[in-house]
Amino acid sequence: MTTNRRDFLRQAGAGMVAGMLPMSMVKLSFADQQQDFFFAYISDAHIQHIKGNQFVRNWDQGLIRAVAETNLLEPKPDFVVFGGDLAQLGTKPELDHGAEILSGLKYKTYAVMGEHDYYLDLGDYWSELYGDQYYSFDHKGVHFIVLNSILTYDDWTFERWPTAEQRMLEMAGLDNPNGSPFMVGDKQLKWLENDLSKVKKSTPVVVLSHSPLQKIYRGWNFWTEEAEQVQKLLKPFKSANVIYGHVHQIQYNQIDNIAFTSVMATAWPWPYPASYAQAESHLPMLTVPINRADPFNERDATGWQFINMHSGRMDMHFNLYDNANRTVAFNRERNRPEDIKYQPQSHRIPPQQHY
Amino acid sequence: MKKLFLLLLGCGFSTIAITDEFTQQDVNRWQAQFEQVASEGRALWISADLGKNGVACAQCHPNAADTHPETYPKFQKQLGRVVQIWEMINWCIRNPLEGNVLAADDPDMIALQAYIYKERRGVALEPGKH
Repeated sequence: MTTNRRDFLRQAGAGMVAGMLPMSMVKLSFADQQQDFFFAYISDAHIQHIKGNQFVRNWDQGLIRAVAETNLLEPKPDFVVFGGDLAQLGTKPELDHGAEILSGLKYKTYAVMGEHDYYLDLGDYWSELYGDQYYSFDHKGVHFIVLNSILTYDDWTFERWPTAEQRMLEMAGLDNPNGSPFMVGDKQLKWLENDLSKVKKSTPVVVLSHSPLQKIYRGWNFWTEEAEQVQKLLKPFKSANVIYGHVHQIQYNQIDNIAFTSVMATAWPWPYPASYAQAESHLPMLTVPINRADPFNERDATGWQFINMHSGRMDMHFNLYDNANRTVAFNRERNRPEDIKYQPQSHRIPPQQHY
Repeated sequence: MKKLFLLLLGCGFSTIAITDEFTQQDVNRWQAQFEQVASEGRALWISADLGKNGVACAQCHPNAADTHPETYPKFQKQLGRVVQIWEMINWCIRNPLEGNVLAADDPDMIALQAYIYKERRGVALEPGKH
């Protein structure tokens, strides 16, 4: 079984080389060259178990493709981050199957916790596979922080549901009114404050979280309850950056010195909250939406990212299967991330109109 | 009897039910019927059993967003003709859900549409809009 799957991954990788890899990365030269490097970001695979050894083919394909393409990057990324929601319902078969696909990556891989990985056993099995649920590390002069930002109120987690399976199902439904807002929690906030206190304010900081660490739309948990507190801790840093998953769509924003950029899912795209007619939402104003997905193409509007860090800021290259690739780069003159092609209103095209 | 007939002729109103007359109670009852079917639609929307692979409509379409019922019938470029929304629902059941399609008048199909339309209430009709 294992051998077969490996062979399949290898074939999938080989089959994709021909003519479809858009990546030709130009290494940018900036003042502080030791802070120039690349890393890749894959997120939201939602590997879904059907029964026995059957998994939803569609979601499998998204992750298999991301792994295969990431392995073909040239120059090689320094590392890869998986941004959370490896599983759909947090089960051992799902996490094992997802981890097996991810293990095809030829690079050091850091993992972020998603709510779909967590709410069955409160992250126990995920931690067996990937270790700590929050931690920090330094890479070429940049301080990286991984948060578990999908916690919630203790009452909801520990008192509300008769079984762990039901708790998982209730949190798994994005639009479920029985859900509960994502939180970092007091313990982790204290840890974050302490961790940041040891970092010079001139050191670039990159926070990797599953939830947005800003408040966009509570109804779908495009939201972190203590967003303001986290932002306050990041504000003193000259170059603070946040990369988040969960939203399955392109979003970017600038709040004070903090640049926010989302990443895509490999599984499926989500509508922008503004397209839900019964609710108000706050899509970051800077965001130029992704070109609308063609539902008849199951990989459309899914994908993965490669990121170049330079002098403390990042350019996010969205490698979108069957959709126009996008680059959201930090504009130093305007001090904010911008789409390098579509940012001016006059440059936008009809498929970017969502309703 | 004759008196009653004259009375009806005379004023045009009576306490006897006339076919085009209904009360608030009736309206409430009919609305409740709709709400019941829409809530059955919501249950199907989040159900792992509508298709065959455990995938639910709500996974891609939270609150039925990005379904655009107000734009149907419309030219669905991928199908090459003008279709109604139930045909698109069946496309989704057959493909991402890997399930069996429903008849146009299947109560489940009606319920799914009741839910979709309910989530889109208040949006102006724009048949044909892409």
